[in-house]
Amino acid sequence: MTEKERESKRLFLKTILYGSLTAFSASILYPIYKFLKPPQQTEVEVSSIKAANISDIEKDSGTMVRFGNKPALLIRNANGDFKAFSATCTHLDCTVQYRKDKGIIWCTCHNGQYDLNGRNIGGPPPRPLEEFRVVIKGGEIFISKNV
Amino acid sequence: MKNYFQNLYKWIDERVQLQSLVEFMGEKYVPVHRHSIWYYFGGISLFLFIIQVVTGILLLMYYKGSEDLAFESIHFIMSKVEFGWLIRSIHSWAANLFILAVFIHMFSVYFSRAYRKPREITWLTGMLMFFMALAFGFSGYLLPWNELAFFATKVGTDITTAIPLIGRPIMEFMRGGEDVTGATLSRFFGFHIAIFPGIFTVLLTIHLLLVQRQGMSEPLFIEDEEKYEKKKMPFFPNFLLRDLLLWLIVLNILAILAVFFPWELGTKADPFAPAPAGIKPEWYFLFMFQTLKYIPANIWFIEGEIFGVLLFGIAGILWTLVPFWDRKSSRGERNRFINYIGIFVVIYIILLTILGWLT
Repeated sequence: MTEKERESKRLFLKTILYGSLTAFSASILYPIYKFLKPPQQTEVEVSSIKAANISDIEKDSGTMVRFGNKPALLIRNANGDFKAFSATCTHLDCTVQYRKDKGIIWCTCHNGQYDLNGRNIGGPPPRPLEEFRVVIKGGEIFISKNV
Repeated sequence: MKNYFQNLYKWIDERVQLQSLVEFMGEKYVPVHRHSIWYYFGGISLFLFIIQVVTGILLLMYYKGSEDLAFESIHFIMSKVEFGWLIRSIHSWAANLFILAVFIHMFSVYFSRAYRKPREITWLTGMLMFFMALAFGFSGYLLPWNELAFFATKVGTDITTAIPLIGRPIMEFMRGGEDVTGATLSRFFGFHIAIFPGIFTVLLTIHLLLVQRQGMSEPLFIEDEEKYEKKKMPFFPNFLLRDLLLWLIVLNILAILAVFFPWELGTKADPFAPAPAGIKPEWYFLFMFQTLKYIPANIWFIEGEIFGVLLFGIAGILWTLVPFWDRKSSRGERNRFINYIGIFVVIYIILLTILGWLT
């Protein structure tokens, strides 16, 4: 066997060895990686809910309601009009609340402030809150995603 | 009795040659100078870590890591299990003292340039353990599943989404889904009691072996002073006994804190309630939390949040890599720049922590 042939044989064996080592590691690491990745829950996407009865909500108040598996904030202003928003702060995922004394939506975590139209007006939030559509039917309040 | 121990020692010595180890221990000396006190904080950190392991294992006997049972199980530990309140309170207090001791240990090593050649690996393993200590604190904080912990975890994990591309997958990996739920609790429980302790133990072993192998570092300026007469004390038993005495004092402080200021449980987390007013993270995250409050929504063209993460990320990396860019200290030259940075960092952390505490 010439030196050149030996060299080529060595290269061949090296490729086989490192190739199978890589494949072997991948066959162990891939299932672990996939296992650690949380499975996609096939939950029914909620698009509309019955939030409350009009009679239960006072003027100038905010109420937390469940919108699917996320919190939503239903606000009735001093004039008696309703507005609804996702209660998840656009800054760092905290849950916001209605502050009656200041007439704003407030996130206590980092002092984020939104006006009653959900616009970010102070503190660190980078975007307005997601607004939901409010429909009133026969004394009941329904909120749904704006499509 | 003495004979019995001697025979046992001989029996082991014949098989594993203990004698050389004992001789090695006898040759180890600790330098004595006016900054010697800082040498003890590594030992104190180690002691508090041991306490965490012991009390953590005890808590495991009753704790249940699920959304429905976590809060109730800790309530059970604190109200029904004998001395449960004490064990849990010690675990919480020791966690805080551990992080405090680690902070002091880190800064003392930084200011005395003990990280310089040839102790770069000791510093690196120490820094990794420091980050792990914070991770221990963060993951353990959620386990009681109370209101404060729930929102702290929401914010803490959401911060990772500021990292482009990989941020979101990291967040979902930590949370075990899109939101902080029972799945997050299970994961944090796993991190806290299995993954972190495993990695930490490996790092700690390397760290301690290196300290034994290389001995204590002496501050540069003392090495410089030729007139200075070098004093030292044997590690075994002199330094070790002092260590043990200090450990006893720390244990007493811990007992006083745990008994007279028992750790509260708070109210159970409700994912559909607004975040409670006055919400704050643990004190060791306060300076970062407070900084995030001051950063406006947008700086130049990037979001404030991303800016904050970048800022602390880069600062953390530079701090960790100090042995590699502070060449002067490795050559045995004075580098005042290191002091200025260190003092700035200490003042920044203390100031922002106080501000975070007050507001």
